[in-house]
Amino acid sequence: MAIDQRLRVTLPGNHRNNGVIAGLDALELAAGEPTASRAWRLWTATWPKVAAVALALFLWQAVVWSGWRPPYALPGPDAVFPELARLVGGVDFWRSIATTLRRAALGFGAATVIGLVIGVATARLRPLRTAIGSMITGLQTMPSIAWFPLAILLFKLSESAMFFVVILGAAPSIANGVIGGVDYVPPILRRVGRNLGASGLTLYRYVIMPASLPSIVGGLKQGWAFAWRSLMAGELLVIIASTPSIGVKLDTARQLNQATGLLAWMIVILVIGILVDILFGRANTAIRRRWGVVDPAA
Amino acid sequence: MTTTELDRRAGRATDPLPARPAVALHEVSKVYGRGSQALLAVDRLSLEVQAGEFVCLVGASGCGKSTLLSMISGLEPVSGGSITIDGGHRPAQMFQESALFPWLTVRGNVELALRLRGVARKDRESEARELLASVHLADFADKRPHELSGGMRQRVALARTLAQRTPVLLMDEPFGALDAMTRDMLHDEIERICRERALTVVFVTHNVREASRLGDRIVLLSSRPGRVVAEYPVDIPRPRRIDSAEIAALSATVTDRLREEVRRHGH
Repeated sequence: MAIDQRLRVTLPGNHRNNGVIAGLDALELAAGEPTASRAWRLWTATWPKVAAVALALFLWQAVVWSGWRPPYALPGPDAVFPELARLVGGVDFWRSIATTLRRAALGFGAATVIGLVIGVATARLRPLRTAIGSMITGLQTMPSIAWFPLAILLFKLSESAMFFVVILGAAPSIANGVIGGVDYVPPILRRVGRNLGASGLTLYRYVIMPASLPSIVGGLKQGWAFAWRSLMAGELLVIIASTPSIGVKLDTARQLNQATGLLAWMIVILVIGILVDILFGRANTAIRRRWGVVDPAA
Repeated sequence: MTTTELDRRAGRATDPLPARPAVALHEVSKVYGRGSQALLAVDRLSLEVQAGEFVCLVGASGCGKSTLLSMISGLEPVSGGSITIDGGHRPAQMFQESALFPWLTVRGNVELALRLRGVARKDRESEARELLASVHLADFADKRPHELSGGMRQRVALARTLAQRTPVLLMDEPFGALDAMTRDMLHDEIERICRERALTVVFVTHNVREASRLGDRIVLLSSRPGRVVAEYPVDIPRPRRIDSAEIAALSATVTDRLREEVRRHGH
């Protein structure tokens, strides 16, 4: 057959080509990015943080030294850290943190599920988008503490009241992250997905949701910040004294005029917030590295 | 589920009867907008592509080349006329940008195409390996798209397109953004792969030399609206070189006609 003959004629040329192709490929990839040693990377990532903490502690101490407030109202780091060390040794400390973190995880988890569902539905259905698109952003600007009076009316002084506010605080950010992500999926990727035979929910599962992942993680990160703030406000307003939590500890310290304990607990809140933020930061960096949106020169 | 869909899922290759063209466009039109704002992009265009044929569509900007491909692949509806694909498979399409999924590895991109075709999990890995080997990228299966050069990305896109195992392949200026040497290599590759697999190809390009290098036939389209104005069978024996005298001569003929077509819009 004519085609077979052509094929035979073409083949020797292609053998020569294989070498050229391999050569081109090798040249393209030769310029790999130099990788710094692990210790060096750890150092460059750590010293600015250590310096920032040192600076903050110094400023705090400077204010104490200035005598602006008496030490029983504003104790210095030298008084607060021993108190913190004493607290860390007790079972109550960990039980309180466990209670608060359990609430945070449950509330944030529920907010994530609700935010994802609302986000996908709103991104997919145009009328729904017109109806509640701007309302979602509106909800985001609502200070979460303003929900508490209503929450307490609806759920009394209970954990449900806290969850109500945590979810209302976090879910809109998560939904907005999803909507933003879906909006910015390059049309060409949708076209490829459809051409590959995906449509409807399959297209969402294999193309649109993965393509939206960076924005979704951004939404989750923002949602977490709202959830954590709402929860702290909630634990201070909805005091369930029988269950020790970070909020209860903070409130008790204030009532007993224990400034050292109060500041120690505030440091705990700050540290938890920072640790979770680092987790989201890690996720974000991992995604950017996988996608190749990290500038190797930077 | 329709029969077509069943066929596609089963990955069944149909043997087209010689009498029936692989792709038949009958009086296809495409209108964008409506009323006084309406823009006629493609006007009653008819075209038949035989099974195993490599047809290059050439035209200046605004000839609706890309629109035409999207209509053939079913991504855009036609405004009038009909498009018949023999066997009913929705043809696989390749784009100017590789449009690889950045969250998947090279292998992952190919395997997703296999998965969406309905290939069982256990068969995906070996088939993906085979496809990547056929575009000389077996060693790069675990790389991410951003780690590859433009030419390599287009080869991955080709492997992903082949994974759909459709008898007809649509290509929308797939080598437009590549350097000359890489493009020459890919011309040889695409020619080999299409012959080996007996594929029918509709290849859109604005590069007349590329069309002469690859095509069995060149179809020249007019601009605004797109319409077939001339056809050129390419009788140059293969293997061809893009810098050969025959290709230069044919390119000159087609280019002259194309310029004439463009000139019409100048006043």
